[in-house]
Amino acid sequence: MRISRASFASALTLMAILTGTQFAAADTEVRFYYPIAVGGPLTKIIDGYAAEFEASHPGIKVKPIYTGDYIQTTAKALTAVRGGDSPECAIMLAADLYTLTDADAVIPLDDLATTPEDKKWLAGFYPAFMENARVGGKTYAAPFQRSTPVLYWNKEAFKEAGLDPDKAPANWDEMREDAKKLTKRDASGNVTRWGIQIPTDGNAAWLYTGLTTADDVKLINSDGNKTAFNDPRAVESLKYLHDLSYVDASQAKGLTSWGTTPKDFTEGKVAMIWHTTGSLGVIRKNATFGFGLGYLPAKAHFGAPTGGGNFYIFKGLSAEKQKAAFEFIKFMTSADRAADWSIQTGYVATQPASWETPVMKAYVKDVPQAAVARDQLQFAVPEVTAHESARVTKALNDAIAAVMTDSKSAQPALDEAQRQAEIALKDYR
Amino acid sequence: MNDVAVTPVDPSAFGRFAQNLSLETVAAWLLGVIWISPLAYAAWSAFHPQAYAAHFSLFAPLTLDNFARAWSAAPFARYFLNTTILVTSILMGQFVLSTFAAYAFARFTFPGRDVIFSLILIQLLISPDLMLVANYNTMHALGLVDTIAAMALPYIASAFGIFLLRQTFKQVPIELEEAARIEGCGTLGVLWRVYIPLARQTYLAYGLVSVSFHWNNFLWPLIITNSVETRPVTVGLSVFATPDQGVDWSVITAGALMTSAPLLLAFLLFQRQFVQSFMRAGIR
Amino acid sequence: MQSRQSTFLALAMALPAMILLVAFTHFPIIATVVDSFLSTPKPRRPSHYVGLDNYNTMIADPIFWKALTNNLIYAAATIPVSVALALAMALVVNSKIKGRGLLRMAFFTPTVLPMIAVANIWLFFFTPTYGAIDQILSIVGMHATNWLGSTQTALLCVIIVAVWKEAGFFMIFYLAALQTIPPDLIEAARIEGADRWQILRRVTLPLLGPTTLFVAVNAVINAFRTVDHIFVLTGGGPDNATNVLMYEIYLVGFGFFDQGYAAALTVVLLAGLALVAVGQFVLFDKRVHYR
Repeated sequence: MRISRASFASALTLMAILTGTQFAAADTEVRFYYPIAVGGPLTKIIDGYAAEFEASHPGIKVKPIYTGDYIQTTAKALTAVRGGDSPECAIMLAADLYTLTDADAVIPLDDLATTPEDKKWLAGFYPAFMENARVGGKTYAAPFQRSTPVLYWNKEAFKEAGLDPDKAPANWDEMREDAKKLTKRDASGNVTRWGIQIPTDGNAAWLYTGLTTADDVKLINSDGNKTAFNDPRAVESLKYLHDLSYVDASQAKGLTSWGTTPKDFTEGKVAMIWHTTGSLGVIRKNATFGFGLGYLPAKAHFGAPTGGGNFYIFKGLSAEKQKAAFEFIKFMTSADRAADWSIQTGYVATQPASWETPVMKAYVKDVPQAAVARDQLQFAVPEVTAHESARVTKALNDAIAAVMTDSKSAQPALDEAQRQAEIALKDYR
Repeated sequence: MNDVAVTPVDPSAFGRFAQNLSLETVAAWLLGVIWISPLAYAAWSAFHPQAYAAHFSLFAPLTLDNFARAWSAAPFARYFLNTTILVTSILMGQFVLSTFAAYAFARFTFPGRDVIFSLILIQLLISPDLMLVANYNTMHALGLVDTIAAMALPYIASAFGIFLLRQTFKQVPIELEEAARIEGCGTLGVLWRVYIPLARQTYLAYGLVSVSFHWNNFLWPLIITNSVETRPVTVGLSVFATPDQGVDWSVITAGALMTSAPLLLAFLLFQRQFVQSFMRAGIR
Repeated sequence: MQSRQSTFLALAMALPAMILLVAFTHFPIIATVVDSFLSTPKPRRPSHYVGLDNYNTMIADPIFWKALTNNLIYAAATIPVSVALALAMALVVNSKIKGRGLLRMAFFTPTVLPMIAVANIWLFFFTPTYGAIDQILSIVGMHATNWLGSTQTALLCVIIVAVWKEAGFFMIFYLAALQTIPPDLIEAARIEGADRWQILRRVTLPLLGPTTLFVAVNAVINAFRTVDHIFVLTGGGPDNATNVLMYEIYLVGFGFFDQGYAAALTVVLLAGLALVAVGQFVLFDKRVHYR
């Protein structure tokens, strides 16, 4: 008896050793697509969070997969869904909401948020960020790296131009006047410093929404199926952007590059820029001069778009995987982590609770600019969130590019964008 | 110039002219400088601190920091491994399949041979990566999306390889094959002992073209891969160089140089052989 | 060797290559043509026959026409320039010019580098104000130019990068051909009093005919297929100024996920290439002798 019991035990041990690898593999794996940004050491931070999560959630393994920019990431995710090999979750553009639900690729988070605690978590985010997270009364996304554009200004350049270095232009007219004064030319007429730069090469529609919102027009309805690209105020906004380059000559002509704009600013080649709050970290690191951070200037009122990425969970997963992915995104979007993420990157902390944490309070005391983006949220609207968003956004971006390269004027360019959007959206009404 | 006068037969008539005319020499060198300048800039920017990326100064300090940052910012080691596996498996597959097919078309007559051969040559004009969507759907149906096999398979049967080897095999004297057969070689033996050794230069030239093409290939791998485990260096670099919060030129040029380095080194070491194998292989 | 057995053996040897060729070249060509008459499958609506709908969409789509025009301009510029430069480079490197080894290296190096990598380097060259080109031009007093951000210059930039990348590759083929020209031939012409331009025109160039054809066909294929640098440099912008067919196909197929429309666009591309093949056959086949 004894012997057999001992051998039974050792057989068990042996089995455990032999199958040990299988036990490890039986961990639930959560793969998540993440749009990498090479400017900051973001991958390290993400990897760090993933490791922390694994330590506190034994049995779940997290595998971040860096997938390029937002457009590439969504394309990859949808391709993977079509291929039946979707990851468990991903950070994708908030504006891709309809694209993802139309493709039947993601699931509502309400189905998973069953406990009162979960429900409290889901209700904790800023409403501005949740506007393009809901379809038909269901919440499909949890805000993570959310941003909003702000105005950065070079205080030394302001001083030099005889402007008050502590006062950002508050409205369109002031920004126009300031930009003219800030533009500096050498003896031969070469511009050595531009007054303003609102980059127009990739993310043009997003920053343009900063103009249209201030001018009191919504470019798209909340169902994402009706655009107002050629509304008179939308045309006026694009004309304003155009005239900065071609009438005032205080902004470089042609498309200006999203990617090099922070560098243009820190190199002193331009005195004011519009860029994401997410660039605050990079600009703080590289600027050799004092700079300010302010609201986008007002027209009818202040206004700005929200942008950036949300967490989504994909459809067709086992209940176990869904649960693991859900745990992971709860962990990643918790108040503490959102505070840490905001401090390390410059993205806006996504919930009021984050701003109450001691670390965040200390940070805001140290870097008061960080709070500007948060306070601007009260004026914010979602960026263009449409069905067929890749097509609709490209139509708008093409129109902005045509106007900013002076090859079309605002009205016909936006008429064409509206026409293309109508074609793309006709099946969604 | 003197040496022109004493050389009775000059293998290259243009040599003399270029030497005589300094204008042409200058133009040639100018073209050379223009051609190499992007690479020279990349090297400059990659080996200097970020602050000097746009400020050219002879006294800028040298650094390897950009390479270290690029290397740690993305799993380049894995990307290199993927590319190496990809390029090697394509090359091996191409060699084996092209050899058999080329031999069949060079030395056999069978009904429909010429029709089949022209059908094969269609691929010279219309390469598989033009039909992105259709080939993606095929890979999906085969369950191969996001595998290295999916990246390689469309290229393994290569019309260019079959065409080149067939040309080379046709020039092999049939007597050599007959002699080998008398000595008891089967078809495989004949290929191994006679044809393959005589076509060495063709294999080398074709291999070099194939390796440099597939090392650099981008669009098809971009579409068919989703993960770090399969992504080749080109796709890895494009993922890496996507700016969201501004571009860091020094790191990007370091990454660009890094991905080019293996081919660049191989080429610099073997450039003479590279060019000569093209000539001997009769690719002209 | 014409027995049934040898036929069987030959087919068996050709079979593996043929299966893969059919699977990934011939079949997708047919599938693409079929798909172009079908709608794009959606989660709630599988694909169905739509006749010429995709083609009608295409004809009404200004972006398609823009991409097609751009592609023709791109081809018309890159093909002759890169072929002519390749010939010039080969003549230079084949001459006795000092440092020809270095020159050969300079000309050929771009060829072996990944387009994705070098395009990132060129991106910096084209950056306004502190990019390399503007810094050089500012020495001679030129103002900063927004090379990639202007509809007038963006396509030119894309063309320059393509020529830079492929001229050295074509040079190798010319170089290989030049070295097979018997020196006596040139010598004979010289003794008869031909000057070097006459030799080039009457002796060398005709002998390079097959090479030129080979290189030109490759240049045509590249002009419709190489889009890697467009991903990096412009993303097809500004306002589709650098959008070409292959890039638009990628965008429609894998950005908009509109499979039917992407198939129709691909059919246009394939038809264009088929036309090139026919043109090559009709125009050149009699004039240049293949060996």
